Amino acid sequence: MSPSSSIAAEPGAVPAPDEHHEHHPSYLTDGTTVKSWLLTLDHKRIGVMYLIWVLLFFLIGGIYALIVRLELLTPGPTIIDAMTYNRAFTMHGVVMIFLFMIPAIPGAFGNFMLPLMLGAKDVAFPKLNLTSLYLLLGGAAIAIWGMINGGMDTGWTFYTPYSTHTTTTVAPILFGAFIIGFSSIATGLNFIVTTHTMRAPGITWFKLPLFVWAMYATACIQVLATPVLGLVLLLVVGEHLFHFGIFDPALGGDPVLFQHLFWFYSHPAVYIMVLPAFGVMSEVVAAFSRKNIFGYRAVAFSSLGIAFVGFFAWGHHMFVSGQSTFNAGVFAVLTMLVGVFTAIKVFNWVGTVYKGAVDFKTPFAYFCGFLYFTVFGGMTGVAFATASLDVPWHDTYFVVAHFHFIMVGATIMAFMAALHYWFPKMFGKMYHEGWGLVSAALIILGFNATFIPQFLLGNAGMPRRYYEYPERYQTLNVASTAGASLLAFGFLISAIYLTYALVYGRRAASNPWRSRGYEWLTESPPPTHNFVGPQPTYSEEPHFYVDPKKAEVPDAV
Amino acid sequence: MQSSSAVAGTAGAPPVPQVAAHFASLEVQNHAARLGMWLFLATEILLFAGLFVCYACYRFLFPDAFAAASRELNLLMGTINTLVLITSSFTAAMAVHYAKEAQNKKVVAMFVLTILMALGFLVIKYFEYAHKFHEGQLPGAYYRFEGIQLPGVSMYFTIYFLSTGLHAFHVIIGMAVLAWVTTKAMRNEFSYRNYTAVELGSMYWHLVDLVWIFLFPMLYLI
Repeated sequence: MSPSSSIAAEPGAVPAPDEHHEHHPSYLTDGTTVKSWLLTLDHKRIGVMYLIWVLLFFLIGGIYALIVRLELLTPGPTIIDAMTYNRAFTMHGVVMIFLFMIPAIPGAFGNFMLPLMLGAKDVAFPKLNLTSLYLLLGGAAIAIWGMINGGMDTGWTFYTPYSTHTTTTVAPILFGAFIIGFSSIATGLNFIVTTHTMRAPGITWFKLPLFVWAMYATACIQVLATPVLGLVLLLVVGEHLFHFGIFDPALGGDPVLFQHLFWFYSHPAVYIMVLPAFGVMSEVVAAFSRKNIFGYRAVAFSSLGIAFVGFFAWGHHMFVSGQSTFNAGVFAVLTMLVGVFTAIKVFNWVGTVYKGAVDFKTPFAYFCGFLYFTVFGGMTGVAFATASLDVPWHDTYFVVAHFHFIMVGATIMAFMAALHYWFPKMFGKMYHEGWGLVSAALIILGFNATFIPQFLLGNAGMPRRYYEYPERYQTLNVASTAGASLLAFGFLISAIYLTYALVYGRRAASNPWRSRGYEWLTESPPPTHNFVGPQPTYSEEPHFYVDPKKAEVPDAV
Repeated sequence: MQSSSAVAGTAGAPPVPQVAAHFASLEVQNHAARLGMWLFLATEILLFAGLFVCYACYRFLFPDAFAAASRELNLLMGTINTLVLITSSFTAAMAVHYAKEAQNKKVVAMFVLTILMALGFLVIKYFEYAHKFHEGQLPGAYYRFEGIQLPGVSMYFTIYFLSTGLHAFHVIIGMAVLAWVTTKAMRNEFSYRNYTAVELGSMYWHLVDLVWIFLFPMLYLI
């Protein structure tokens, strides 16, 4: 007997919604005109639109990544000239960070799931929610217009004074990022207010699903950090166009001040990307281990802890900028504190799997990849936080490999896990499990094959962003490019079977994973106002799985 | 549960406040609106905080130039502007008071006064700017002023124009917001049960005032 079928009979399992509710139209069928989608105020439709757009941006960013990897296949020029290469890696960074990593999970899954998990009919400000989507698209349009009309060669960090002197089109791309910042603030603000005011009766703060806790902590960072980025981007645009001199040493300005202000946002931004991933994984690990999450409060508070300490860690980007040894030491210790909070989460996830009845479906496969990327990427992060180790590794491929492991690896794993876990909830269809596992295996393997050679390259001294490199680095670069191709192939398979499932997939059961998450208390896909009939009651914790052993012996304590 | 379809029967009575379908009650809706506004104001303060950080850094680097340059500002005009802005904040607060009493005509009067004072603030600012343009006290590479030739003095004017310019932009946004709330007051919409728009509009105006309360001593006095 498989573990999942023995659990299926557990007492208190979520009942399927009543038969007579089945005829209620889902949010997908309630209005089918283009206008009913583009002007919708329904958080679920907005979430789906976010999903479509972030997938498109992921494709654009991915194509840039492949161009960069192809160029680095040989030591000299391969397919593009040096300037095009500089523009390609800049746009890869800008698109992936501002248009995919930051909005992906909050925009698509946060929008869709947060109100469902709170038992609310919508987010607090539906119009602001739609505005947020269009701000993202407006900012993206301006940035992409800039990309087409010249592009930018500064790298996604826009370091001054180079970014204020380069002749490439800095202004539209930075202005686009500024507008995207507004979108991020609006989403964060909406989620904080929604969590505070829209919880259904019975959902106390300590009954919030862990995804909600993670979104809440993310939203706090978005609201507190993004305005500073907005200001610094405006300053760079002004400086580029009018030569204000605020970051220009020739006019008395200080380029290191730019780095302080920039990393004050952009270091917490790493947690804007990865905290939602932690939230998704807390849901997935409970659902597929069929166990209540181990250490619920520790996981919830560690999200807030990461959000808090994340604000005091920016200085580790400036270990080699001439800051004092004392400063470096302080920032090193503060950076390592992030590792403590992350370790709390990792141990609790492992504790959840321990003696759980693991149902090894695609989302759980991504959980395994996620755990590995988080620990590996996190440990290299602790190594980087050590100032003396940072000095030789600074601006080498070791950095590139590290932040791709933790930011991209962990977030992509969570994004794919969320996509598969919530696919039946969002679209009412099932994908093909076998292809799901094949694709997950290819993606995890491809990711390792891409970035482990880059760790080695960095350790051997290859600097990042360079167009040409000595012969001796070629073998590892070829390996990395081969890995990137495998990674792209894995995503291609996912795209094919998920699109196929959207059209031809078999009808999903209301709760195919027999999950105890609150979002499964309504139908799949949910009706327009989220619930039909009486609102569900929330008397138990959101991840309340009865221990199979204890359930058979009710008297045992 | 509040019904949004119920219409007040008596002629001239303020309309019943609308409760959006996804809120449990009017109280929850108002609470959400206020919380959202407070968070938004926090982001605005953080936006200006970046400029304050720039000011602090460069004042530390160029203390003499900053002290000399700040004496070039017109203290009289700055003081008048401060008084104008504080008074406008008072009238905005009075608008909230009258909105609670459903005295919509007085709400309109108070907001019109506020907007006029905002306009006055911008006019005074225009004269200050015009004088500085004339003297060549301009940011960065455009600095032409002969009077002070200390290193870092152009940085002072960079920060002066950036921070007062960003503030003036907020004044203009605030005028638009208050004008929009005024049109609602003209339609006699506000009462004790429904004055959130007036309150939030005024809160935004207080922020504009508050930022100036920081800018004035930072740029003119010290």
